[in-house]
Amino acid sequence: MNNPLDTLHDVLASPIGLVGVTVGAYQCGRWLQRRSGGHALVQPTLVAIVIVGVVLEVLGVRYADYADAATLVSIWLGPATVALAVPLHRQAHRLTGFVVPMLTAVVLGAVVSITTAALVAHATGADVRLQKTLATKSSTTPVAIAVAQHLGGIPALAAVFAIVIGVVGAVLGPAVLDLVGVHDRRARGLAIGAVSHGIGASRMLREDETEGAFAGLSMGLTALAISALVPLLALWLW
Amino acid sequence: MITGLAWLLGFQLIGEFVSELFDLPVPGPVIGMLLCFCWLRFRRTGDDAPIVRAAGQMLKHLQLFFVPAGVGVVVYLSLIGHHAVPIVLALVVSWTLGLVVVGWTATLLERAFGKPRDDLPSHGRGAA
Repeated sequence: MNNPLDTLHDVLASPIGLVGVTVGAYQCGRWLQRRSGGHALVQPTLVAIVIVGVVLEVLGVRYADYADAATLVSIWLGPATVALAVPLHRQAHRLTGFVVPMLTAVVLGAVVSITTAALVAHATGADVRLQKTLATKSSTTPVAIAVAQHLGGIPALAAVFAIVIGVVGAVLGPAVLDLVGVHDRRARGLAIGAVSHGIGASRMLREDETEGAFAGLSMGLTALAISALVPLLALWLW
Repeated sequence: MITGLAWLLGFQLIGEFVSELFDLPVPGPVIGMLLCFCWLRFRRTGDDAPIVRAAGQMLKHLQLFFVPAGVGVVVYLSLIGHHAVPIVLALVVSWTLGLVVVGWTATLLERAFGKPRDDLPSHGRGAA
């Protein structure tokens, strides 16, 4: 008989084992979320990232190997992004009379988040590569990666920033919107989707379908705006 | 479920194709989402269609699909530690300003156009 601990290690560190760890950690996050009565801080993504990070450290698995195995999970981000069209379709009657405010707000929001991220990073002494990486952060992960690559930032780090800011949005977004007096459901969804993409949208979807639908739409529009605006703004920012 | 999934994958693939063909900086799934929306409007798809049910199932677990990329943070912990001040400030300041600018602009313009508002029912809305 082999050593049970070594065998357990081998099973967990295998590709399917790592997928199992990811899904298990996410389930853990959902369970904690229910147990905490839906506390804003207990976002399943956040819980799962912490658990998986610790498990990888314990197993001694390199992130590159984990990322390869976990493609089985991350690849579904694509169809799930397409799926955001559905809540929007169901809420399409609410678009009437909101198209101009929506487009103006999203474009303005993209300009503000790109420039303030770059300028604040510059003012606090970050190098140009880091500034460029930070500038992409409010777009959804695949866009952040693509734009950072195109611009000469650090693509993998751009993905990390996008996820971090998504989690921040899921945790704090609704509370900040209450604080600054934005109560309109469409405007709330739009604001969250514009700065915290899919992770923000998933929190909003759980609370209210209108907010969720507009967050999804705003995520898509922001992705378009950021891919178009970053190369333009780059001309005078750097 | 599989029928709906096939539709979603189909739209993503069309999106990928368009994105590659015209060398767009916009990723395939985002183009797929816009195309899928147009298609759903055009067909007036009802709530019991397979694509609607499959989408509902996937969106319920949207957060799962972000986990692998998010774990990448462990690789950059030391870099983030070295540049903690610019990173944290840039993220927080730009996130807050972006959120407020979008929320206020949308609300103000909506009011300026005299459209009915669509407020949340105010009861039970605490700081939570």
